[in-house]
Amino acid sequence: MSFTRTPTAARSVQFSFDGMPVQAREGDSVAAALLAAGIDRFRTTPKQGKPRLPYCMMGICFDCLLEIDGEANRQGCMVEVRDGMQVRRQDQSREVRL
Amino acid sequence: MKQDLVIVGAGPAGMGAAIEARRAGLSVLVLDEQSAPGGQIYRQVERVTLTETARADRLGPDYAHGAALVREFRDSGAEYLPGAMVWQIEAGKVWYLSGDRAASADAGQILMATGAIERPMTRKGWTLPGVMSAGGVQILLKSSGMIPGADTVLAGSGPLLYLIAGQILAAGGRLQAIVETVPSSRYLAAARHLPAALGTGYLSKGLAMLMGLRRKGVQIYRGVSDLEVTGRDRAEALHFRHKGQAVTLTTSLVVLHEGVIPNQQITRLTECAHDWNPAQDCFEPRTDDWGNASVPGLMIAGDGAGIGGAWAAEAGGRLAGLEAARAAGRIDTTTRDAQAAPLRARLNALIRGRGFLEVLYAPSAPVPKDDATIVCRCEEITAGQIREAVAIGGLGPNQVKSYLRCGMGPCQGRMCGPVVTAIIAEERGVSPDAIGYFRIRPPLKPIPLAAIANAEPGDG
Repeated sequence: MSFTRTPTAARSVQFSFDGMPVQAREGDSVAAALLAAGIDRFRTTPKQGKPRLPYCMMGICFDCLLEIDGEANRQGCMVEVRDGMQVRRQDQSREVRL
Repeated sequence: MKQDLVIVGAGPAGMGAAIEARRAGLSVLVLDEQSAPGGQIYRQVERVTLTETARADRLGPDYAHGAALVREFRDSGAEYLPGAMVWQIEAGKVWYLSGDRAASADAGQILMATGAIERPMTRKGWTLPGVMSAGGVQILLKSSGMIPGADTVLAGSGPLLYLIAGQILAAGGRLQAIVETVPSSRYLAAARHLPAALGTGYLSKGLAMLMGLRRKGVQIYRGVSDLEVTGRDRAEALHFRHKGQAVTLTTSLVVLHEGVIPNQQITRLTECAHDWNPAQDCFEPRTDDWGNASVPGLMIAGDGAGIGGAWAAEAGGRLAGLEAARAAGRIDTTTRDAQAAPLRARLNALIRGRGFLEVLYAPSAPVPKDDATIVCRCEEITAGQIREAVAIGGLGPNQVKSYLRCGMGPCQGRMCGPVVTAIIAEERGVSPDAIGYFRIRPPLKPIPLAAIANAEPGDG
């Protein structure tokens, strides 16, 4: 699965995914930016450890869950990407932090 | 401050309601989970119209109408709060999360306008990376200008599937194939509704789309069955039966779609009555002609009240806005009815052609045949496990949920709910109406515990 981008006047945004720099466009959701960058999994499932990527892109399926700026279980498709954002993959289950 | 009307969602219905309610002098607060008004249908319409005129043109005249509607909404004087995720509704109070802060808004009346979701198209392999919903792919195209690769296959049925195919091609992309799950008998059954659909614009729109696809050399397979996606860690191939033959297409992106259904989450949370709509094969919340729900003080408009599309949603929203103004005592019944008349006429014209689409594009196989098919994506529960749970006495969705954790993952049953009901109904040989649906509890979406702990009541 790969995407090409139509030309745009939108500003470019820089963020990191698992410490690796990623270029995005202003207005992209985090999920769209990562798909455009060719990331092959956002997370693995808690029970079976299977890889997942976003399915619906509209806040319904929760397959795009990511750790964004230290907060786990954020919906990547509902968060707009910002300069300097730190995004991490979520492998299997989360720990409860109180 | 108490608002006369709090609206959840800023798609065509929410915006339409806000505009009419403001015109009648009501104070209106619109809480929207998205970052800009438009809903899914007119997503990012302001930004795309401003920065990329060419892209907006390719998305078509309906999308351009969205830009005008958003302008009217922005000028209406309604208070608009983007990035506000509603997680609980109680009598006269709407709780939402804005950033990391939980707050509430007091409301004279509450209108839920949260739209539709795509019908879950539960097929073997649909959880693999490289399988996406058509709506998802359309959002990538609309919001981020992302065009999928030339090996992409679109599978399923419904007008949106063809619309998206056309939009991908118009954007300069290519497609390998469209795999249509509509059984050939449906074309005959739908023909009965053809006279009503003539002159509504649905048919000419549909025909133009089809001819466009053929010209661009997209392979179209009709009347297919037994869809399955295979691959190790990602989608590698789509398999199906076509005219008695097994067909395999090598692909890295399978796009699934079988129509849309009301997003029931918020109307179930608020314990509104729902009825089964056999023609559209989905539950709908019960409303009167003005959008009043079965629970006093609550209204529902747009696709969340019953699927009609963007134009019908806008008209329905405007009707709800007028009714809210009447209920608040700002206009009398005669004024409401007079202003509603042209909206009702438009609505009737829009609904006229839908019988044809409903019959033609009813879901082909709402219940997965293969027991190994995952139904609950979050908890990885299969159709076979659900059937077993029914066999040992799980008579309803909530029992099956407690047996299996099916519907208890982060999506809270959004993706599996309709299919769980369908499987139980089939196993027990009764109507989905008799089976009912998952009980939906707050918070409507998972939110940080700290946000609830720090909630500021009445701060809205």
